[in-house]
Amino acid sequence: MIRSDEIPCVPGPRPPPRGTDLPVLLPAAEIVARRAAEERARGGSTLRLRARHGVWLFLAFVFFSGVAEARTGVGGPFWVLSTLWKWSPLLAEGFMLNLIMSFLAMVIGTVTGTLLGVAQISLMPSVKNTSWFVTQFFRNAPWLVLMFYVMYLVPFQFRIGDIVIPFPDWIKATLGFSLPVMANVSELVRGGIQSIPSGQKEAAESLAFTRRQVFWMIIIPQCVKRILPPWMNLYAILTQATVLASIVGVTEMVTTAHEILGAEYEPSLLLPLYTYVLLWFFAYCYPIARWTMHLERKFAV
Amino acid sequence: MTWTPDQPIITIVDVHKSFGEVEVLKGMSFDVSKGEVICIIGPSGSGKSTLLRCINALIPINKGSIKVEGLEVHDPELDQLALRRKVGMVFQQFNLFPHKTAIENVMMAPVHVLKQDKAEVEEQAHRLMAKVRLQDKEQSYPGELSGGQQQRVAIARSLAMNPQVMMFDEVTSALDPETVKEVLFTIRELVEEGMTCLLVTHEMGFAREIADHMYFTDNGVIVEHGPPSTFFKKAQDPRTQEFLSQIL
Amino acid sequence: MEAFWEWFRWLYDETGINFSVLYDPYNREKFAAAMFVTVQIAVYVLFITTLIGLFGVWMQRSRFRLLRWFIRGYIELFRNTPKLVQLYCLYFGVSAFLPRFDDGTGLMAPLIGAFTWVILAFALHYGAFTVEVFRSGIEAVPDTTIEAARALGMTKLQVYRLVVLPLAFRICLPALNNNYVFVVKGTSLAYAVGINEMLYAANQIYTLDANVPEMMTVLLICYVSLVSIFVAFMNKLERALKMPGYGT
Repeated sequence: MIRSDEIPCVPGPRPPPRGTDLPVLLPAAEIVARRAAEERARGGSTLRLRARHGVWLFLAFVFFSGVAEARTGVGGPFWVLSTLWKWSPLLAEGFMLNLIMSFLAMVIGTVTGTLLGVAQISLMPSVKNTSWFVTQFFRNAPWLVLMFYVMYLVPFQFRIGDIVIPFPDWIKATLGFSLPVMANVSELVRGGIQSIPSGQKEAAESLAFTRRQVFWMIIIPQCVKRILPPWMNLYAILTQATVLASIVGVTEMVTTAHEILGAEYEPSLLLPLYTYVLLWFFAYCYPIARWTMHLERKFAV
Repeated sequence: MTWTPDQPIITIVDVHKSFGEVEVLKGMSFDVSKGEVICIIGPSGSGKSTLLRCINALIPINKGSIKVEGLEVHDPELDQLALRRKVGMVFQQFNLFPHKTAIENVMMAPVHVLKQDKAEVEEQAHRLMAKVRLQDKEQSYPGELSGGQQQRVAIARSLAMNPQVMMFDEVTSALDPETVKEVLFTIRELVEEGMTCLLVTHEMGFAREIADHMYFTDNGVIVEHGPPSTFFKKAQDPRTQEFLSQIL
Repeated sequence: MEAFWEWFRWLYDETGINFSVLYDPYNREKFAAAMFVTVQIAVYVLFITTLIGLFGVWMQRSRFRLLRWFIRGYIELFRNTPKLVQLYCLYFGVSAFLPRFDDGTGLMAPLIGAFTWVILAFALHYGAFTVEVFRSGIEAVPDTTIEAARALGMTKLQVYRLVVLPLAFRICLPALNNNYVFVVKGTSLAYAVGINEMLYAANQIYTLDANVPEMMTVLLICYVSLVSIFVAFMNKLERALKMPGYGT
């Protein structure tokens, strides 16, 4: 079990520059290094979406629709827009699947990742090393390959006695996404725990808390605060990554878009359709990204 | 007419410099003779640092003339290398190149700019490091040196170009009080060897000891000047008196 | 070496675990060629994304507002949209607008082939991040250090070559490292447009030999090894280029 005096701790806020009293580079350099270390822990760069991105995306959509209208000239004016409107319910179904996949994968990945992350700071070398290895393994594997792996190896149905549990392909894809999420959450949790200043647990122990109480009542709640912004950022990245499921044929939004293109057989519909899809994703990811930025500012040290 | 050593080594005549709308230098003029030590003091924003950078052609001036050993700085055809061989400059901080060792820092300019032979340059670099009393720190990187040590290496680096004039832009302002002394000691040694020095500084005690002439600037003009003996005790202008009373 | 491969054939005969990619020379070569394609994609993308980064950062600092706006728009567009959609837009969307030419066999070949599109799309996507990384590195070099270099007589080009770029590179190396690792991991997406890289070759092999679990395991191990080797190499580079006394 975890002994509190052996949790490795690194001071949370920026450590003072070592080696000299007169800095040789601007503080900006340290900020760059710190941000890189954070990015390395959170598994992707921060999504910084602003309202103007949505505006430009919308303008691009209008522009491409206009170009497409001009090229086709068939079906009367606003053919492109009316076609997109006609297909929107189907696209909405596909988008729902993207969101469900991202939600489920995030839940599964967070639960397993937290356990893995706590295991990484365990005192038993076998547990610590195995969990470290598993984390690094799934962090270094491409998301697409992991998804293929799960898709092809998990059977399409499970039989327990008389009960048959079908595993449709979107559930398999969800499991495939939860693996890299698990690895990234594990790193976040480990980093979060290790970043709590040692003064915290010393103060708690001096108040006669047991080791277990120190861990669960003092360290974990603070970790949650620190981990929340990168965790939300991970969710935004995951949502955007769910389009990978289209490669294995899951009927999510991009696959639906391809089917629509096939049905309509109008190549100039492609760019308006894709910008339309991007607008939907933006509408979903933008509030998440803004909330993440807000949380980061709130929790900034 | 060509310059001769009996003329002032630096001649500054009616220099004006504006950054956009803001005029920072509003007509400064003075001369510096060879071997003279000039201290320039004044409130921040008065143009002291800008003036030093104009002398070195780091910043172009809008109007006026600056001549260093007869070389006109305001000339568009100026040979910048020739100018910078005559004038060395040490800044307040971030002087050194952190990716090179101290001795490599000192060697960089003669090797790359003057294209001198590396072995000779290394010899000279050893001598200069010994001169600033840092021969045991030659292989250290700037990040491993204290502030005072960094500034001394910066001085050695500027001396490697064998300048005729050395300019110091508030070189001790960012340092801890303990390390200030070692830098001032180095500067005093330079002065005693006869180097022409322009110092922008807040160290009044040092200025009083070492300066041949003091200049007080405010708002882009030279308000008052004089030898330290009269300058500190019998300042004429009320602005000077106010500034001195705040500092001393 | 042959004995090593043959052991896997024995394994298949004895236990039914079919690593046909290892014991069958045809499959072996096919997979090795595909691995080479993956590495090729990674190398090309790394190279071009670095070029885009350097070029982009030069454009960001240009005097012309149009260039600055263009590069900013590029960064925001390619940073915030999914890579797969970018690839599809370029490969299916843009290439539909490009002219086709007769490639001699009577077919109208597209001007830019799938392989080139993949490299372009990936390089553009990661280039947006790389420009930001380079910019943060260059901005972290203090102005005074640049002034000090110029005061020593270095030309603008020398300042960039000897001071700014080496420093900016060392400063942004951790962030660049992160970016490069994403590039290597992301090469698998080339599968989406039918490039014959590792995932695609694995697909072909297990379709014929019906040994999905073994193939997928081999594939996963190969990818992870490739990425891990690259990560270890970049970490070593970071440690080797670290400036002593600076940073965490």
